[in-house]
Amino acid sequence: MSVATARRPRPKGGGAVPFAGLLWRLPWLRPLLLLAPPLAWFVVIYLASLATLLITAFWTINPFTTQIVQVWSTDNFQRIINEPAYHSIISRTVIMAAAVTVTDAVLAFPFAYYMARVASRRAQTLLFAAVLLPLWASYLARVYAWILILNHNGVLNWSLQSIGLPPANIGYTNIAMWVVFSYIWLPFMIIPTYAALERVPETLLEAAADLGARRWRAVRDVMLPLALPGVVAGSIFTFSLTLGDYITPILVGGAGSSFIGNVIYSNVGIANNIPFAASLAAVPVAIMAVYLLLAQRLGAFEAF
Amino acid sequence: MEGFWTRMVLRLWAALILLFLFVPIVLIFLYAFNTSNIQSWPIPGLTLKWFTSTWNDPDVRRALTLSLQAGLVATTLALVLGSLAAFAIYRMTWFGKEVVSLLFILPLALPGIVTGIALNAFFSFGGITLSLLTIVVGHTTFCIVVVYNNVLARLRRTQGSLLEAAMDLGANGFQVFRDITLPLISTSVVAGSMLAFALSFDEVIVTTFTAGAQNTLPLWIFGAIRLGQRLPEVNVVVSFVILVTIIPVLIAARLTGSGGAARVPAAR
Repeated sequence: MSVATARRPRPKGGGAVPFAGLLWRLPWLRPLLLLAPPLAWFVVIYLASLATLLITAFWTINPFTTQIVQVWSTDNFQRIINEPAYHSIISRTVIMAAAVTVTDAVLAFPFAYYMARVASRRAQTLLFAAVLLPLWASYLARVYAWILILNHNGVLNWSLQSIGLPPANIGYTNIAMWVVFSYIWLPFMIIPTYAALERVPETLLEAAADLGARRWRAVRDVMLPLALPGVVAGSIFTFSLTLGDYITPILVGGAGSSFIGNVIYSNVGIANNIPFAASLAAVPVAIMAVYLLLAQRLGAFEAF
Repeated sequence: MEGFWTRMVLRLWAALILLFLFVPIVLIFLYAFNTSNIQSWPIPGLTLKWFTSTWNDPDVRRALTLSLQAGLVATTLALVLGSLAAFAIYRMTWFGKEVVSLLFILPLALPGIVTGIALNAFFSFGGITLSLLTIVVGHTTFCIVVVYNNVLARLRRTQGSLLEAAMDLGANGFQVFRDITLPLISTSVVAGSMLAFALSFDEVIVTTFTAGAQNTLPLWIFGAIRLGQRLPEVNVVVSFVILVTIIPVLIAARLTGSGGAARVPAAR
């Protein structure tokens, strides 16, 4: 633990420099001085921004002048609650986030299992790097790659044709979005799942075997429950990142594929209705708050 | 141990996932050398001509300059503020510690669009014109976490007895910091900064709301893909951005073991 605060020998000549002496006499002062600049940054800029956002959500704009009317009102929230168009956008976003999360969990688990329990030490390191690289490689580049793959004359249709199958024209559809999101966030699922699987002691599985469980049974009844917090931790990323996205829907989604983020985006840019955008931004925040609460119940935070 | 067939199936699965992860990235690099200006597969031939035309495109150059400026300034600020935050939290014992560390992680926990529009609302009501400065403010806010996470993890692994030993031998606070603490944490600071730069250089969601009329490189790419214009140049720029985002991560991974890069979920 902290060295600075615990029974530290008095520094030689500490009293000679008044400031150093002060720090010695008031051990809580040093962390506070260190904390001041970053904390000030977060309070003055970030918290102030979030507070502005919250207040703005309860303002409205004058539809004729597009000037902001600084009068407390819940009109924006009522509009979100009452207009069916927003319901379908919100449910589309949530369903997509859930579908991507499940897809990634299914894709990631056997891979992470292989990494953690089957691969050699050396292969483990290499595989880990192989997952990290696409995680960090430019987001836009990876979305763009899929535009090239899925478009009419792209790699997908060429491959299908060369094995004698009809072309799959899934470019600019919700299916395209599902594929792209699952691709982009997959590393975020693999890493926590791998970390959780790696921590399960082999002795537990041996114990299960001694008690007569076949390997599959041991994996299902011992490994899976112990790895679940890791999968849930990964799902926080896949769910939250999909929920807040608006770039992928613009680039690979077709007509009628708007996400919550797209409506926010167009209300800031084109419609210039920041109050309405602000109240819409509360939707993903509220959904994430519920999600994080559930995740905490499942032990996801111990998995980090 | 798993049986032979289980291991075979798992190995095959792993191979397929690796293909899934890397084929799109490899394709991007291939398309950068495409002779045709139509983006279809298979590409008819290989050429270097798009590299020259991209390099000579004034829009790309302006965007690159802006991205480099924003990335370097934001990384420097994040380096200082993130390290200070890590030292403070490491030494703090009081209950407020949990709240403060949660605050630092908040820009990653909230969807990027929320951070983006919050900053946008803040600037527009504060009467601050969107410029390089506002881009830097946005990037610094989510880059601080990256440095903070890396340095804090290193501090927690550092043995306190080393510092005590130095003090027993008569070193004052400054000497301990310069001769013991700094060498012990320096690689984590560098790794954190590398990752922060990679994050900043590729960021598009927050930047859209803080850049105003100017283009960073990702904003230029986004605009070009959206309009379907200048795609041969997009191929080149995008390949370049992949390299710029991957190389710092490789360096960071060498410095800290791959843990550092794994600890940072990107702020998207």
